[in-house]
Amino acid sequence: MAAPTAVGDTASVPPSPARTQAPRKRGWVFHAVMVPFTLLWVAPMAFVLLIAFRTFDDIASRGLGALPASFSLDGFTTALQDGSIGRALANSALVTVVGVVTTLFLASLAAFALSRYHIPFRRTILLGMLAGNLLPPQILLIPVAKITESLGIYDSLFALIVVQVGFGLGFYTFVLYGFMRAIPTEVFEAARVDGAGPTRIYARIVMPLSRPALAALAALATTWIFNDLIWAVTVLRTEDKFPITAALLNLQGGFVSNWNVVASGAVLAAVPTAIVFFAFQKHFVSGLLVGANK
Amino acid sequence: MSSTATVSGQETTGPPRRRPAAAVRRVPRVVWLFLLIPLAIELAWVFWPAINSFSLSFTRWSGVGAAENVGLDNYRNLLDDPIFRTAAKNTVIWTIGFGGLSVLIGLALAVTLNRPRRGVGIYRSAIYLPMVFSLVVTGLFWRVLYQPDGAVNSTLEAIGLDGVSRQWLADPDTALYAVLVAAVWRQVGYIMVLYLAGLKGVDPSLEEAAAVDGASAWQRFRYVVFPQLRGVNTVVFAVTVIDSLRTFDIVWAMTRGGPYDSSQLLSTYMFQQGFTLVNLGYGSAIAVVIFLLAIGFIITYLVRATRED
Repeated sequence: MAAPTAVGDTASVPPSPARTQAPRKRGWVFHAVMVPFTLLWVAPMAFVLLIAFRTFDDIASRGLGALPASFSLDGFTTALQDGSIGRALANSALVTVVGVVTTLFLASLAAFALSRYHIPFRRTILLGMLAGNLLPPQILLIPVAKITESLGIYDSLFALIVVQVGFGLGFYTFVLYGFMRAIPTEVFEAARVDGAGPTRIYARIVMPLSRPALAALAALATTWIFNDLIWAVTVLRTEDKFPITAALLNLQGGFVSNWNVVASGAVLAAVPTAIVFFAFQKHFVSGLLVGANK
Repeated sequence: MSSTATVSGQETTGPPRRRPAAAVRRVPRVVWLFLLIPLAIELAWVFWPAINSFSLSFTRWSGVGAAENVGLDNYRNLLDDPIFRTAAKNTVIWTIGFGGLSVLIGLALAVTLNRPRRGVGIYRSAIYLPMVFSLVVTGLFWRVLYQPDGAVNSTLEAIGLDGVSRQWLADPDTALYAVLVAAVWRQVGYIMVLYLAGLKGVDPSLEEAAAVDGASAWQRFRYVVFPQLRGVNTVVFAVTVIDSLRTFDIVWAMTRGGPYDSSQLLSTYMFQQGFTLVNLGYGSAIAVVIFLLAIGFIITYLVRATRED
C-alpha cells in the first residue's frame, strides 16, 4: 500500500542510462511480442462490439463467430427500450453520484477528525474502520437485507446508496487520513491563530489541499459503485429500480440468443466506466495504488 | 502569537511546539460529530450486520416468524453437504488459479512495460482497459465469446484445433475454468499497476551493477529485482486472496454456479442458500466460513497498512 502522496506521478520514470543505449534489435523483439499480445487482449472487446452492431438475422444465419455482413443499431434500440437499459443507466448514475459524494464527504470528515485532533484510540478506530471494508460482503448480506426490510427501505435506491456508503467509508477514511496527516502542521496552526474553527479549517484548508486524493478516490469509487452487483441484488427486488449490472443479467435472461441485444447492453454498460477511465486515467491509476484492496 | 511564528519555521517536533499541540488536545465538540457520524453509519451497516451473521448461523430461519436455535447443526450439515464441498474445492482452485495466473501475467507485463519507450503507453492502456468494466460486463462479453458458434470455438477451428472446441460454459468439466479465464483477463491490468508502482521503488543502480558483472536478464530479475518487490508481493497476495474469496459477480453472471453446481464457489453457494432458497441460517453459516478463511489475510493486510503509515 503506497502512501497516497507518493503515487501521483505514475507515468514518469527517469530513464536509466544503461537502458537507453540498449541495442535496436531488442526494441524490435519487444514490439513483435507486444503487438500480437495487445491485439489478443483487446480482441474480446472488439468482437463483442462487432456483434452489437450486427442484425439478428445476420447472427442467426451466419453464426456468432462470423465476420459481420450487416450493420444496424437494432440491438441498441431494443436494449434501451424493451430491455430498459436506459432506465437502469439512470438508476446507476443516480446511485453512483449520490453514493460517491456522500461517502467521500463523510470519510473526509472522519479522516479530518482523526488526523488533526487527539482522539483517544484513533489508530484503533482507523484500523477498525478499514477492517470493516475488507470484510467479505457475504458476511453482511443477509442481515443487511433484513435491516433494510425492518426500516421499510428494502427495494429502494436509497437503501442501495446507504449500504454502499456504509461499506465504502472505512477504506476512504483510511486513505484520506494518510493524506491529511501529510499536510504540514504549520498550515493548521496559522489558521488556528487567525481564529478559524474546525469547520472553517476543514472547508477552507483541508478540503482544497486534499483535492488530489479526493480526485483519485472519486475515480475509483465511481467505478466500484457503478460496477457493483452483489449489493444491488441484495437490497433490490423490483426491476424498475435495478442498476445497470442487475438489469444486464435480466436482459440476458429475457433476450436469450438475441446476442446483438445482449452485446449492445454490455457495451452500453461498459461505455460510462470506459469514459471515466480515459478521462481520468492518471487519477484512476493512482487511486488503484492507494486502493490496493479491490 | 510570537511563539507560533517561530514554530512555523521548524520542521522537527521540538519543545516550542508543545503549546499549540496542547491546544489541539481538547477535541472540539463539532470534531467529535465529524468522527461519530461516519463511525455510527459504519457500525450500523457493517459491524452490526456482521455480528448478526454469526448469531444467525446458529439458527434455522426462513425469514418469517422467529428463528429457531439449532446450535452447531448448520455447520455439521455443511460437512455432509456435497455441494458445499464442491464449492470449497472450487474456491481453492479459484484462489490459486486466479491469483497465480493474474500475478504471473501481471508481473511479466509490468517488467516488460516498466521502462519508457515508444508504444508503452498504448500497450499499458490496452491492458488496463478491461479492469474498468464491471464483472457483469466482463462475464457477458465472455459468455458471447464462449457460445458454441462464438469466437473462441471459431478461432480454435480456424487454427485446426476442432477437437478442442466445445460448449465451454455448459460443460461441467470446463465451466469453472472458462469463468476463471474471463476473471483473469480483467484482473491482470490491476496487478500490473501494482507491480509497476513497486518496480519504481527498485534501485536501478543495483541492476546495472549486476549487468556489468555479467548477470543474465533472468538472473537480474530473480536475484536483484524480485527480492526488492517483497512489499508489493505481500499486498498483492493479501489482495488476491481477499478478492478471490469475495468473487461472486462474474460467476453469477456467467453460470450462476452451474451446470450441476460445477462452478459453484462458496460466495455463490452462500447467495443461493441465503436468497434463492431463503435458508437464512444455513447461508449465514457459509458466510461465516468465508469470513474465517478471509480473516487471516485481512489481518496481514492491516498489519502491513499499519507498518507503512
